[in-house]
Amino acid sequence: MTNGFFEWFGELGIFSWNVLKAGLTPPYEWRELVRQLDEVGSRSLPLVAAAGAAIGVVISMEARYSLTRFGAKSMFPTTLVYSVIQVMGPIMTGLIVSGRVGAGIGAELASMKVTEQIDAVEASAINPYRLLAATRILACILMLPLLTLAADASGLLMGWFAQAMVEPLSFHQFIASGFKGAKLSDFLPPTFKTAVYGLIIGLIACFQGMRTRGGAEGVGRAATNSVVLASLFVILADVVLVKFILVVFP
Amino acid sequence: MATVFDIAMKHTEPEKDNGAPIVAVEDLRKAFGSNNVLDGINLQVARGETLAVLGRSGTGKSVLLRLIIGLETPDSGSIRIHDQDISGLAMDRMGEIRKKMGFLFQHAALYDSLTVAENVAFPLVHHRRDMSRSERGDRAMQLLAEMGMEGDVDKMPSDISGGMQKRVGLARALALEPEILLLDEPTAGLDPISSGEINDLILKLQRERKMASIVVTHDLHSAKTIANRLALLDQGKVVIEGKFEALQHSDIALVKDFLNQL
Ligand SMILES: Nc1ncnc2c1ncn2[C@@H]1O[C@H](COP(=O)(O)OP(=O)(O)OP(=O)(O)O)[C@@H](O)[C@H]1O
Ligand SMILES: [Mg+2]
Repeated sequence: MTNGFFEWFGELGIFSWNVLKAGLTPPYEWRELVRQLDEVGSRSLPLVAAAGAAIGVVISMEARYSLTRFGAKSMFPTTLVYSVIQVMGPIMTGLIVSGRVGAGIGAELASMKVTEQIDAVEASAINPYRLLAATRILACILMLPLLTLAADASGLLMGWFAQAMVEPLSFHQFIASGFKGAKLSDFLPPTFKTAVYGLIIGLIACFQGMRTRGGAEGVGRAATNSVVLASLFVILADVVLVKFILVVFP
Repeated sequence: MATVFDIAMKHTEPEKDNGAPIVAVEDLRKAFGSNNVLDGINLQVARGETLAVLGRSGTGKSVLLRLIIGLETPDSGSIRIHDQDISGLAMDRMGEIRKKMGFLFQHAALYDSLTVAENVAFPLVHHRRDMSRSERGDRAMQLLAEMGMEGDVDKMPSDISGGMQKRVGLARALALEPEILLLDEPTAGLDPISSGEINDLILKLQRERKMASIVVTHDLHSAKTIANRLALLDQGKVVIEGKFEALQHSDIALVKDFLNQL
């Protein structure tokens, strides 16, 4: 058990080193990168936006209830803005992309592995770490912050909408009071920390996919493991990153 | 039967001029766990020469080819390509050697997200940036036409039969005009006519482009047609190696059993 644990980390370390080495040296695989950006972005956007909307509505309803109880109703816009952008938007996007893209990449690379397509790439004198892994991981790193912004936007819009249904509040007014006194450093770090989630999701899914063995069963296992491990590490990373951001941007 | 001998007559003798073999395998050993698959293999192939590798299922023929192109690492022994030992080469350095090699996988291993034509153009897209898109397309079409696959270029690999996939895989292996060809059962799953065409093609490549080829096959008829020499693998060792006639005169039981196929 512990042996397997250390072995896994050891292999992950070697894998990361191979990807880094290959990804940083030419030839750069621009076409594949663009394809993966589109794949990661368009696959997850609708899901992330929908989940963001739902979270926005839930926070809006909860905030209205508790703030009214404590007589702090005027704090509603600020509460919604901070909860969505600092907390819920990033972690929710990380978890949804872990599920959607983690499973997608894990299953795709695993099926390429067991049908010898990754060997075929290598036999064609192409470095699979460069063509297949580096591009997917970079696409995840670049796309996560953008998807987070989409989730945030959709959450704020629907959160405001849910509030405006109950009592009149113009969107302009909501935004103006929600962001009053806010600094860029309140919002940029929580948004850009999701690039780390992207790294985790891409790296784990590629690693699990490319080390797969054992036919169709192995493919299923790789997809499941990618999702489970990526989600787990995203949550663990969140703990570390939140602490880190609080220390660096007090 | 006459046609077989006609084709057999077309054999070119391997060039002996520069002496050094293009592929040289020496005392190669490979085990998976306690399964000693290859247990001291010695083989050589020269320019313009075709070696057929025979052996029962599970004797490590595919593993041998995978070792030669560096997809597996040997436990001991050496593999020299153009007199360079490939063991321990970094992937990008090995890539330079692999550009000179064409590899046909036993199950074709076509990229299932690409069309037939894109599969064949794939090595060109990555290594022949000097060629325009249409030149690459033309080259892929020409290779596919040689395999009799010109009618299926826009199909996906999942929509064509196993035998057709094999022919596409062969076209892809030839895309970069390799000097060394490693084919894992090129005629398995093909009808006799297609199989005859593939044999003719291999002979033509051998004659015109002086390729060094190692062909794994269960098809003795094909082996007899295309190969200058045959090697029979059993229990990790080369049981016998030589011209077809030499195998015919052998009194090893396994060799006799194999030849009884014909
Ligand atoms: N990656 C691997 N891990 C463990 N064992 C392996 C691996 N690859 C091959 N083997 C074993 O090595 C042996 C030889 O396999 P190989 O595929 O080379 O046989 P083969 O001669 O090509 O057979 P066939 O004619 O059926 O294709 C088999 O016992 C196989 O189980
Ligand atoms: Mg085999």
